[in-house]
Amino acid sequence: MVNQTFPIEIIISNKPQARDPEGETITRDLMHKAGYDCVKDVRTGKLLSAKIEAQNEEEAKSKVLAMCNDLRLYNPIAHTITIRARN
Amino acid sequence: MNLDTQLIWHNDFTTTSFDAVIIPGGFSFGDHLRAGIIAASSPATEIVRRMANDGKPVLGICNGFQILIEAGLLPGALLRNSSLKFVCKWMKLHIRNNDSAFTCKFEKESEARMPIAHNEGRFFAEEDVLNRLEAEDSIVMTYADENPTGTSRGITAVTNKDRNVVGMMPHPERASDLALGGTDGLKVFESMVEWARC
Repeated sequence: MVNQTFPIEIIISNKPQARDPEGETITRDLMHKAGYDCVKDVRTGKLLSAKIEAQNEEEAKSKVLAMCNDLRLYNPIAHTITIRARN
Repeated sequence: MNLDTQLIWHNDFTTTSFDAVIIPGGFSFGDHLRAGIIAASSPATEIVRRMANDGKPVLGICNGFQILIEAGLLPGALLRNSSLKFVCKWMKLHIRNNDSAFTCKFEKESEARMPIAHNEGRFFAEEDVLNRLEAEDSIVMTYADENPTGTSRGITAVTNKDRNVVGMMPHPERASDLALGGTDGLKVFESMVEWARC
């Protein structure tokens, strides 16, 4: 099978138990002050948008997960990661 | 202190023959992705790891602490300060553990003054990890009064199980001369000499 290129996104965020003061500031000082009371909680994260060569999308995602663990792209003590295909 | 020391650029740090190694503060690789993570994969860090496994004293100061954490040589994580500001001030520290390579010359439960200067120095771990660190006596220093960066339980320095690797956010080298504002930091280096001799 020929390798294709798949757009994969990696989102690195603080675990729920860790405060996210940047998210708190954005919620309180930007959104609520402008009247957007509907916003209850904002958590920030870091987005890495990558193009991955693989035979299919599942393989692309699993290659990325293995890489994230191998390179400590996220610190497992403090972060959660989400890996998804970008449509 | 009459020590034979060398300042070595990381690409040139290729031998494990030194008696001790100190990774200083700074902004290695621009703090990209996360402070210390890229430096943690550099060949120099592999040399540090071998020295650590040999039981030699290894100290990480500030960015050095971040590197040791990302290299898996110390527990926990260092997140962005809760104030979102770069905090630069002298702090009163509580020396919790004087059983490590860099605190054995301090009195247990004593206090010291050293400055901090960082943006990503909020030590964090979940409750079960923190409880384990307490039980293992891995917490070396905490902030004695205020906690300007929001670290978990005021923690600002930790050590490994063998007590030879220490990471600290405060700068002992900036508290080693009266002209700089204090000399409590000198005991960190005196401890290293004592430990290396034993």
